Amino acid sequence: MRYIEQEKVVRRMNGRMVVNRIFQGLFMFATALALLALVILLYRIVSQGAGHLSLDFLTNFASRFPEQAGIKAALVGSIWLMAVVAPTSILLGVGSAIYLEEYAKKGRITTFIQMNISNLAGVPSVVFGLLGLTIFVRAMALGNSILAAGFTMSLLILPVIIVAAQEAIRSVPGELRDASYGMGATKWQTIVRIILPAAIPGILTGSILALSRAIGETAPLIVVGIPVIIQFLPEGVMDTFTALPMQIYDWSSRPQAEFQTVAAAGIIVLMVVLLFMNSIAVFIRNKFDKSY
Amino acid sequence: MNTATIKTKINTAQPTSVELAEKESVYSTRQLNLWYGNNHALKNIDLEIGENEVTAIIGPSGCGKSTYLKTLNRMVELVPSVKTSGEIHYRGRNIFESSYGVEELRTRVGMVFQKPNPFPKSIYDNIAYGPRIHGIKNKKILDEIVEKSLRGAAIWDEVKDRLNENAYGISGGQQQRICIARTLAIEPDVILMDEPTSALDPISTLKIEELVQELKEQYSIIIVTHNMQQAARISDKTAFFLNGEVIEYDRTDTIFSNPADKRTEDYISGRFG
Repeated sequence: MRYIEQEKVVRRMNGRMVVNRIFQGLFMFATALALLALVILLYRIVSQGAGHLSLDFLTNFASRFPEQAGIKAALVGSIWLMAVVAPTSILLGVGSAIYLEEYAKKGRITTFIQMNISNLAGVPSVVFGLLGLTIFVRAMALGNSILAAGFTMSLLILPVIIVAAQEAIRSVPGELRDASYGMGATKWQTIVRIILPAAIPGILTGSILALSRAIGETAPLIVVGIPVIIQFLPEGVMDTFTALPMQIYDWSSRPQAEFQTVAAAGIIVLMVVLLFMNSIAVFIRNKFDKSY
Repeated sequence: MNTATIKTKINTAQPTSVELAEKESVYSTRQLNLWYGNNHALKNIDLEIGENEVTAIIGPSGCGKSTYLKTLNRMVELVPSVKTSGEIHYRGRNIFESSYGVEELRTRVGMVFQKPNPFPKSIYDNIAYGPRIHGIKNKKILDEIVEKSLRGAAIWDEVKDRLNENAYGISGGQQQRICIARTLAIEPDVILMDEPTSALDPISTLKIEELVQELKEQYSIIIVTHNMQQAARISDKTAFFLNGEVIEYDRTDTIFSNPADKRTEDYISGRFG
């Protein structure tokens, strides 16, 4: 007795093929829709802002007159901000990831910490801004400096970096750890010589993507009290500054129509910076990627 | 209860340690018990392992043979929730003593794993890893150790011209000999091998088996194997494990020609396992 009758299978084949096609079409449509939105967005911004892009735009300070408005202070401020955020968040994030993956005993406390890190990654950035305002700006009296804003941003992206670094560390094959421990290496030697070198592509990729998020965030900066109009460049981490998204936010909220063009030009600059950072991430991943 | 009767049977079936210890023993295991959580994986193990011999550990899957091997260099403790009782004396000292550092033990007792596991580094850096972690920085000394270890693992001629290439670029059999060379580079006293040929083709297996024969002149080797012919070919003593117990431990020729226990006979004649 056979359970599968060849005739019935043949008869039902057409229906199965139609369903197969329908779902293929649906998923393609979903992808196309997302792409379309992106293309429209890019087109609008580039067509609006490209005219205003020039070397002057990069080297001028902000101005009341749209034709003279430049992005110099914001661009330099964002770079300063990254110079604080990158080392702080990567050092803390990778350190926490190493602790959680290699040292912490798996148990209720670790699970609890782990759960909270994942939850923190979902907390709105405004809330981190308030935290930064309370701790760094007021309690530690850092004022609205690069350092205060940088620490706030570091906290914001820390959970993302921790999770990315944990995944990178976890993907290092256990056999490599065994081999190292089996020769009498200490935990620290194994981490420094085997685990980190193997995990670095993943860690850096995750970190750079997190930094790209930080460079585009506005809400925490507003809450921390970062000014918009600045006519000088910061000279140290204790100086105040402005950043790209703040400047763009300011321009786009002005009544004059000309400032919309300026805002679009600012967005192009921000996007170029973002694309540049993401391409570094892709480059690192491809260069250091090792197959096991 | 039931287990008690089995235990007494084993004790009568087992030759006493004194009979077997013709050479000085490197390891003596006394009443070793091991649990993974609630799973009693090793039960009252008593074994004496001789110097400059090849000791094979055979038994069906899940009998505890790999667990026992990993207990000898305390690698088993990397698994969370492992508990042990009893003693293992290595060269007269209990390895479970709190003052005995695992790093120190593992420098004396090298290990070769089931799957070749070179580091994603050059062949040279793979071999030099052990000496480096133990503090050797002098390039000349490292060069000497690398050459000596690769010669010792019978792979020097195959790789001497590409020491700076990544160890992932060579065949699985060669990788396993690189791993053996890497173990030799820490100048161990004992080499533990956990089914070192199970992932390899027959020709590579043969090379490793020949290598084991050469290495026993200088090292004491304990090898876990699934392959009974391999145990018969290369070992001096064989221990048969079943359900976490040592059923029989004797000279290899005795085990394979005239086993004392019915279960050993059933296993080696292929009736189960």
